[in-house]
Amino acid sequence: MQAELIEIRNHLAQHSPFAEMPEENLDRVVSGIEVAYFRAGTEILRLGERNNYLHYVRSGAVEIYRRSGELYNRLGEGEIFGHFGLLMNRTVRFPAKAIEDSLIYLIPNEIFQFLWENDDNFTDFVETEDHSRLRSALSRREKSNQPMTARVTRLISRAPVTAPNTVRLQEAARIMTEHGVSALLLMDESGDQPSLSGIITDRDLRTRALSEALPSETPVSDIMTDELITTRSDAFIFEAMLAMLHNNVHHLPVMEGNRIRGVIALSDIVKHESQSSLYLVSNIYHQKDVKGLKRLSQEVPNTFVRMVREDANSHMIGSAMAGIGRSFSQRLLELGEEKLGPPPVPYCFMALGSMARDEQLVVTDQDNAMVLDDSFDPAEHDEYFLALAKFVSDGLAECGYTYCTGDIMATNQKWRQPLKVWKEYFADWIDNPKAEALLNSNIFFDLDGIFGQTEYTEELKTFIAERASNSQRFLAMLARNALNRTPPLGFFRTFVMEESGKQAKTFNLKRRGTAPVSDLIRVHALACGSRAQNTFNRLKAIGQTKLMPEDGVDNLRDAFEFIAIVRIRHQALAIEAGREPDNNVRPEDLSPFERSHLKDAFQVVSQAQKFLKFRYHAQVGRNVG
Amino acid sequence: MSGDQETVTNVQSETLPWPERFRELARQTGDDRLKAFYEAGCVAPDTPMKDVPFVAVDFETTGLDPDKHSIVSIGLVPFTLDRIKLGGSRHWLVKPQLPLHQTSITIHGITHTDIDKAPDLDEVLDEFLTSLAGRIPVVHYRNIERPFLNVALRWRIGEEIRFPVIDTMAIEAHLHPNRRLNWWQKLRGKQPVSIRLADSRLRYGLPHYPPHNALVDALASAELLIAQVQHHFSPETPIGDLWL
Repeated sequence: MQAELIEIRNHLAQHSPFAEMPEENLDRVVSGIEVAYFRAGTEILRLGERNNYLHYVRSGAVEIYRRSGELYNRLGEGEIFGHFGLLMNRTVRFPAKAIEDSLIYLIPNEIFQFLWENDDNFTDFVETEDHSRLRSALSRREKSNQPMTARVTRLISRAPVTAPNTVRLQEAARIMTEHGVSALLLMDESGDQPSLSGIITDRDLRTRALSEALPSETPVSDIMTDELITTRSDAFIFEAMLAMLHNNVHHLPVMEGNRIRGVIALSDIVKHESQSSLYLVSNIYHQKDVKGLKRLSQEVPNTFVRMVREDANSHMIGSAMAGIGRSFSQRLLELGEEKLGPPPVPYCFMALGSMARDEQLVVTDQDNAMVLDDSFDPAEHDEYFLALAKFVSDGLAECGYTYCTGDIMATNQKWRQPLKVWKEYFADWIDNPKAEALLNSNIFFDLDGIFGQTEYTEELKTFIAERASNSQRFLAMLARNALNRTPPLGFFRTFVMEESGKQAKTFNLKRRGTAPVSDLIRVHALACGSRAQNTFNRLKAIGQTKLMPEDGVDNLRDAFEFIAIVRIRHQALAIEAGREPDNNVRPEDLSPFERSHLKDAFQVVSQAQKFLKFRYHAQVGRNVG
Repeated sequence: MSGDQETVTNVQSETLPWPERFRELARQTGDDRLKAFYEAGCVAPDTPMKDVPFVAVDFETTGLDPDKHSIVSIGLVPFTLDRIKLGGSRHWLVKPQLPLHQTSITIHGITHTDIDKAPDLDEVLDEFLTSLAGRIPVVHYRNIERPFLNVALRWRIGEEIRFPVIDTMAIEAHLHPNRRLNWWQKLRGKQPVSIRLADSRLRYGLPHYPPHNALVDALASAELLIAQVQHHFSPETPIGDLWL
C-alpha cells in the first residue's frame, strides 16, 4: 500500500469489521480497493447479476432491497453490502441503489475470500445477520457523533400508509394490521388535493377506543389527533427527538413542503440510537410504578454525560434533560390517575422555571403547578387534586427531582387553582408590581403545560405576553430584579492575586452565570410580547424587533451558550469522577481557555445588564414624571 | 541550427490531431523515454469518455511559478470512468532543484529531511512516463502540471513534452460561467461559486480529503471527473470535446 493512502485506510479503520483487523490485512484491503461513484437514484447492484466485490460506503447513502422489492436496509458512511452475494456463488441477492450521490469503495472478491478464510472477526461480522449488526452499528454511531448530524429521512423505511379520514375504527385497525404500522395518517379528501388531517396510533386505539368500549363503526375522525405535530424532511434526527419529547408524541409525520415523506416513530429513533436520552424516555413510559421510575432515574446522569461527550450544545442538552423531566412527570400523572381514578374536572399540569425553558440540567429541583378548569369546586374536587399533586411531587422527589425549597409545587394550595385565579395572579403581578413579590414570582413567567389541558397554559402565555408588554412599571421592576445578581467580573482579578496559596474562592455558575442572562432576556422577551420560553428562542424573538442592537443579541447568545456549556461540562466531569455535580466552580477547575472566554462572556453579560438598566429605568422615569 | 529545425517541425505538429501528433513527436524526439511515451499513442478525439484510459496526476511544488519553483512530489492514479484502481497508484518524492520555501513546507508537509533522501526527477522519469503512456492525464488546474513538467524536462533533457489534458477545474469553470458576483450580489452577502478542488467535490457529494498530498489530490481529481461526467455529460461524450 502506498503510505499516502493512509486517509483511506484511516476511514476503514474507524468502521467494523475493518476496525478490528490486523494491520497487514487492512493494508491488503486498501491496495485492492477500486473506487466507483454513483449518482443519487442509480442502481449499484441488480438482482441476479454477477457481483465480484464487497461494497463499502465511503460517502452518501444506499438502500438495500429484498427480492420482493421491499426496503431491507438503509446504509450510510462506513457500512458494507454485497457480501451475501459473495458468500452465495457471487450473484446479487439484495439489489442496491444509491439514494444520495455515493462514493463506494469496492473490495475485490479475492481479498474478501482471503479475509473470510483468515480473519475470524471478519467472518463473524459478515455472517451475522441484522440484530447484532445493528448493535455494533449503534455503538459505532455513538462514536461517530451520528445523532447530531443524521437527518430524519434516514429513518423512513417505507412510503406513508394513509386512509381517508372518513373510515371507521375497524377499517383503520385493519389497514394498520395489514401494513404492520403503528400509526395511520388520515387524509381529508374533500378538497381538490387530499391533505393530511390527522393521525391515529396503536396507543390511541387502545386508550381512546378500546378502553372506552367505542363501537367499531365509530368514525376514526372522532378519536384521531388533528392538531398534528410534524417534522420537516431536512430536520436532524435530534430535532425530531426533541419535538417528540416536548410534545409527548411517539409518531411524527415527515413533511417535504406539503408532501408527506413518511412517518417516523419513537421506536425508530430508539433503534437508531439505543443509548440516547430517547431510549430512556421510551422506557419511562413502560414503567408500572414509582419504584420502576426511580430505578430508571439513575440512568439520567449517564445520559447527560453521554450527550456532553457527543458535543451536543447547551440547547440540545437542556431540551433533552427537560424532556426527560417532563416524561417522568407525565408518567407519574398517568400512574396517579390510574390509582385515583379520572380527574373530576379537567386540569393542566404545568412546569415552571428551567424545565419550562427547556434548560434543565442534572442538578435540579421541581417547580410545578396545576391549572384547574374554571368549574373547579374546592370542597368537592380539591381532595383529588391534592392527592394527585402529592403523588407526583413525591414521585419526582424519589426520582431525584428534589422538593422546591420555595414551595412552588402543585402540592401548595396557592399553586393549585382554576384558570381564572391564575389570570388574577398574573394580572396582579403585572399591574401592581412590587419588587419583593416579583422576586418570588419570577419563576412563574417561565411556564409550560406538560399534561392534561395544555391549552390552559397556552392561554396564560398569551395573557402574559399581551399584558406584560404594556406595563412599563412591571418591566422596570422586573429589570431591577434582574440586576440583583451580577457576573463575577472581580473573580478573575482576585484569582490572579490569590495564587499565593490562600484558599481559592468559588463562584456559582448558575446564580452568577446563566441565571442573570436568562433573567435579563426574560425582561426583553416580555417587553416585546414574545410567548417564547426558551432563552435562545426568546433571543430570536428579541432579535426580530429593534429592541436591542443586532450584535448585542448575537453576543449575548454566544455568551449564554459558553457559560451554559462550561456549567454543563463542570457537572459532567463531577459525575464522571463519582462526585455530586454542583454549580460551584473553583478557578483550578477551569482551563486557561475557559477562563479567558468566561471573562469575555461575563463582560458581555455586564454590558447587557447596563443596557437593561438604561432601557427600562429611563422609560419608567418618563412615565412616572 | 538543430534548434531552428526543431521549432519548425513543432509548429507543423501543433496543428495535427493528437494521435498523428504523437506519431510525429515519437519520430522527432531524441529521448528514448519520451519516444516510448509517444509511441504508446493517444486515443482518437471521437473516442467516447467511457472507453478512455485516464491517469489523474498531481504535483506538489515549492511555489506557483515554474521558472522559480520546483516539483517536490508526484502522485498519480490510473482510472476509467467505471473504476479507479488504488492498486495502480504511485507516489514519488523528488529533490527540488530550487530551495524549499518555508511557506510551502507548511502547505504540503514535506520537509528538508524528506527531500534530502529523495531522488532527482530524472531518476523517476522513466517510471512516471510509463505510467502516463497510453492514458489521458487528468489534472485540476492545468497551469501547474504541464508547465512544471516542461521546465523540468527542458532543464534535464533539453526537450519539452506535449500531451492533451482534461482539466477538472476548467470543467467547473465552464459549468459556472457567472461565478463572479456583481456588486448587488456582493452587497447581499452572496458567496461566489468556488471551483477549487475541495469545494467542487462538495457539490457532487464527494467526501472531504485532506489536501496537499499529491496522491490524495490526484485521487480527488479522478473522483471529481467521474462525478462531473455522471452529472453533466454522458459516458458517450467524445474525449475531443473535453480535452485541452
